Amino acid sequence: MDKYLEMIRIRFLMMLAYRTNYYTGILIYSINIGAYYFLWSAIYGGKEQIQGLSIAQMTTYVAISWMARAFYFNNLDREMAVEIMDGRVAVELIRPYNYLVMKMMQALGEGIFRLFLFSVPGLVIVYFIFPIHLTWDIAVWGLFAISILLSFFINTQINLLTGITTFFLFNNSGLIRAKRVIIDLFSGLILPISFFPVWAQNVMNYLPFQGISYIPSMIFTKGFTAQHAVYAIGQQFIWILILIVPIQLLWNLAKKQMVIQGG
Amino acid sequence: MFYVTMLFQYMSQYMKTRLQYRTDILVEFFSDLLSQSVNLIFILVVFGHTDLLGGWTRDEIIFIYGFFLVPYAVFSAFFNIWDFNDRYIVKGELDRILTRPIHSLFQIILERLELEGLLGAITGIAVMIYAGSRMGLTLSWYDPFLFIIFVIGGALVYGGIFIILACISFWADARTSIMPMMYNISNYGRYPINIYNKIIRFVLTWILPFAFVGVYPASYFLGRHELLFYSLITPLIGVVFFTLSILLWNQGVKRYRGAGN
Repeated sequence: MDKYLEMIRIRFLMMLAYRTNYYTGILIYSINIGAYYFLWSAIYGGKEQIQGLSIAQMTTYVAISWMARAFYFNNLDREMAVEIMDGRVAVELIRPYNYLVMKMMQALGEGIFRLFLFSVPGLVIVYFIFPIHLTWDIAVWGLFAISILLSFFINTQINLLTGITTFFLFNNSGLIRAKRVIIDLFSGLILPISFFPVWAQNVMNYLPFQGISYIPSMIFTKGFTAQHAVYAIGQQFIWILILIVPIQLLWNLAKKQMVIQGG
Repeated sequence: MFYVTMLFQYMSQYMKTRLQYRTDILVEFFSDLLSQSVNLIFILVVFGHTDLLGGWTRDEIIFIYGFFLVPYAVFSAFFNIWDFNDRYIVKGELDRILTRPIHSLFQIILERLELEGLLGAITGIAVMIYAGSRMGLTLSWYDPFLFIIFVIGGALVYGGIFIILACISFWADARTSIMPMMYNISNYGRYPINIYNKIIRFVLTWILPFAFVGVYPASYFLGRHELLFYSLITPLIGVVFFTLSILLWNQGVKRYRGAGN
């Protein structure tokens, strides 16, 4: 366990060395939040509410879902693809740790770094520019914290799965790009799930993606009742358990028929 | 004339290398198509809850988005200079470029062609035909010519802005993340300009004129004559920004001193 904690720490320190890259990142996210803020204002027009969300809640939703993205987002799939393609993964596999757990811990170190040096200052800046309502209800913050941690795990598991496919496809850059686009749409980042037509919502209920962005953002904007929030967190938790299965299966299969490229 | 033959030489070489890996092109095309359809799905879903967006109908917004894709496709095929600083300044590759017999900027454009980007134009035109036929838009004989002129104008606006940004590396050595930032700002041009506040509208028209890539020229075909003036100056803005960028580039190249050894 100690070695994995150490992984988190090292990755955190590594990111700290390159922190200037992150100031422009905050600006980029603010630009995106701004674009959606103006769009949503025009969409609401004079309407009080759409699908149970007021314009103030919608603005908060947009802001929090982008800032949360800074925490759960990582390029694990791309990193894995590179390591697999240039053969470095062979060395990783003989080291005394579980490769997948180690990758996840590195991503967590990165996420924690971005949470404190990106999301928190970013949220403060965005709070002063756009009409955002932050709640002072401790319970909401608590549920949000749990939910966002779970969304990190779901997103990272999907990244691991995508990364492992490199073993079988050899070049999966197209798949990685497609996955990113699908997650942006189906996780509720650019559009709350409740806005989709009912049939699409029903389909998405059976997919893990809404656990990445929609659930934590809805909890934060109080779009969910407390009861619904607890239920949704349970749903996220179940998805984490379910996703372990394909990862283990593919991973075992990959190790058996591995071809080291180059090296 | 020499420049034109060079362009075709490079293009045919490029085709040869790319056609070696046909599946790659296909995969790339589909993932591009996927990201374009996400934007369309956004528009479709949103209009399930409202009839007008800032006074524009669903089909008009879709048409603007379709138009935007065409100049963007031309831009992404020819102006691949987002990593100019890393590739040419930091690594000193510009030394090699300067020994070539054609203009340095043109040489870089030739080396960095990505012609498969042009496939996005097909998607864009298809989207425009879909939205246009739903609205019953009619075309005059000169509209296709204006369309081509507007597309070139929009691509020149895009190209000009990104060349100006690339020129920053001649003066400032530091790595900047301005390029990705600008990609995000350029998305503002895909939607009607009147939904933004005054400052952003001014910036998108005169300072970073991304509105001339999407909403202004597209509104000409939609018969929105309140924006007619802006529609018609699209090629002018394109030429002005592109000329500015080349002048700045020429100044910048004079300052270039290589990157050690």
